[in-house]
Amino acid sequence: MSEIEFLSWVRGPGFQIAVIIFIAGVLIRFGEILLLGRKKNLAEAKGSEMSSGLRTIITRSIPDKTTFQRSTFTLVAGYIFHIGIFVTLFLFAPHILMFKEVIGFGWPSIPTPIIDATAVVTIIALLAVLAHRMSNTVLKFLSTKEDYLVWLVTILPLITGYIAFHRIGTTAPTLLAIHILSVELLLVIFPFTKLMHSFTVALSRWYNGAISGYRGVES
Amino acid sequence: MSASLDKGINALKEQVDSTVAAFFSSCVHCGMCADACLFYTEIGDPTATPINKTEPLRRIWKSEYTLLGRVGKMFGLTAKVDDALLTEWETLVYDNCTLCGRCSMVCPMGIDIALLIRKTREGMAAAGHAPEGLIGATKRAVTIGSPMGVKLPALMAQINHVEKDTGMKIPLDVEGAEYMLLLSSMEIMNFPEFIEATAKIFNKAGVSWTISTEAFEATNSGIQIGVADIAAELVQRIVDAAEKLKVKTVISPECGHAYMAIRWEGPNLVGKPFSFKVRHILEVLDEFRKDGRLKITGKETQRLTYHDPCQISRRGGVIEQPRNLIDMFADNFVEMPDAGKMNWCCGAGGGVSSNERADEVRLKVFQRKKDQLDEIKPDAIISACSNCRIHLEDGLEEYNMDIPLMSLTETLAEHLAD
Repeated sequence: MSEIEFLSWVRGPGFQIAVIIFIAGVLIRFGEILLLGRKKNLAEAKGSEMSSGLRTIITRSIPDKTTFQRSTFTLVAGYIFHIGIFVTLFLFAPHILMFKEVIGFGWPSIPTPIIDATAVVTIIALLAVLAHRMSNTVLKFLSTKEDYLVWLVTILPLITGYIAFHRIGTTAPTLLAIHILSVELLLVIFPFTKLMHSFTVALSRWYNGAISGYRGVES
Repeated sequence: MSASLDKGINALKEQVDSTVAAFFSSCVHCGMCADACLFYTEIGDPTATPINKTEPLRRIWKSEYTLLGRVGKMFGLTAKVDDALLTEWETLVYDNCTLCGRCSMVCPMGIDIALLIRKTREGMAAAGHAPEGLIGATKRAVTIGSPMGVKLPALMAQINHVEKDTGMKIPLDVEGAEYMLLLSSMEIMNFPEFIEATAKIFNKAGVSWTISTEAFEATNSGIQIGVADIAAELVQRIVDAAEKLKVKTVISPECGHAYMAIRWEGPNLVGKPFSFKVRHILEVLDEFRKDGRLKITGKETQRLTYHDPCQISRRGGVIEQPRNLIDMFADNFVEMPDAGKMNWCCGAGGGVSSNERADEVRLKVFQRKKDQLDEIKPDAIISACSNCRIHLEDGLEEYNMDIPLMSLTETLAEHLAD
């Protein structure tokens, strides 16, 4: 297989397979969760489930003062790499072109040097997160193979993307193919790992807010 | 597989619903819940990380309710729940957790971890992995009617005392009364002043109220140990008495979990909405305040603070009422850091105080409360839960701190104008 053939497989059938697994997987996971259902609360309500649930989806992104002081590293590093991934994934011009091809519409990009710097910061933040996970007593104790696997497949697209953009090592088509392949790996394992939190966080925060709000507490 | 393990696994399966699945699907192992839990912050053992306490329930969810887990199970790859796991987890779930719910407020994914631990207890108890102290309390609650073994004659003796001392009449089994007051065994045995204070306030407020001789116990060991059937039976006793006396409102006394049991879990445990309202005593008193039924005389000039009982504030929603009431008689009120919905637990709720095995750890984690108190140095602490009150007194003694404890209801009664 020539490097062009490799690239076209990765961009074509490979990508399609990955996206299908991703979408089907996410739908299955949501089905698994929602089909379990939830009993109606029979206690007299003191507040609304819906508004409190929606509120918590937003407010849970902002920690209270004590929590911030006690979990500063996790919060700061967490914010940086999440925003960094968002910016590099959704605001980089070539990515927007790709989205436009797939979903039919695009949106404005931000200058490439900013994306480049963001990618570096995000990679550093993820490395710091890994070091924290391997050294902190609680994180070391909690961490499973899945946590490390998810970390790896999250940082790979950033690293391969950075290398491809700067054309380090080998030819552009091969570098691009490797980058896309790393994204496909991420898509394929996504539904079956904690990466699902990207979607279920809304559900989980909603339930938390709803349970609390029903009792008249803002959570 | 032993019969009891089988029961435990079935009990865990029954706990899984869409909330449980959404919560477990969202955990990213960030560890922030550990920083929110006094059993981790004061001791430093990572096994006490709140989300780790839910492991038995998580394994059941994963192996039975996820595609990957089920496939893994066929190849023996998905972790199983066995007696060894439950034995190991017993102390984590019962001794190192008060179900205070602080972790549930901090989790960035919004996981209600305390709810998951509460649900895990259902499986632990069914499999025979609950602590002796809680089993004993639950047995006494079912057979005698009180976790402390308090029978009606004991209550009658205290009521007679109050009636003799004050000349007031304590109304018993009055049909059609507006309010039916419940009491905790702790109040009957250790703080009968609560009965006197409530009688005084209610008489002054001019409302009709009563105590049922058939269902006066407010506490519910069933929800602490995690046996829904027993919890439902204890709630049903109150429902029957309230319906028999045709009262409008049942009052939960100064006890945290009693309020959770009757107010929030009660109707769900018995499977139908109540025909009466349930209010915490502080909610009722605050209503009296709003209606202008409370005339207060004299102010407390000492530096007072309020300890929020977790099940009343964070898990119960009664947060501003105690502050409104304290404001009526306190001139020098000061809040602890993190007061209100983010308050730190005293360390002995959720059945921990009924579990002798946890005596050492509950006093160790009291260090958190000590640190909070050291920051504001109050002259006295007001609370609204007898269990918090007993444990706070224990803790203060252990750490050589001389700060008196006051009940909100009792202090308010002392300030009623004649």
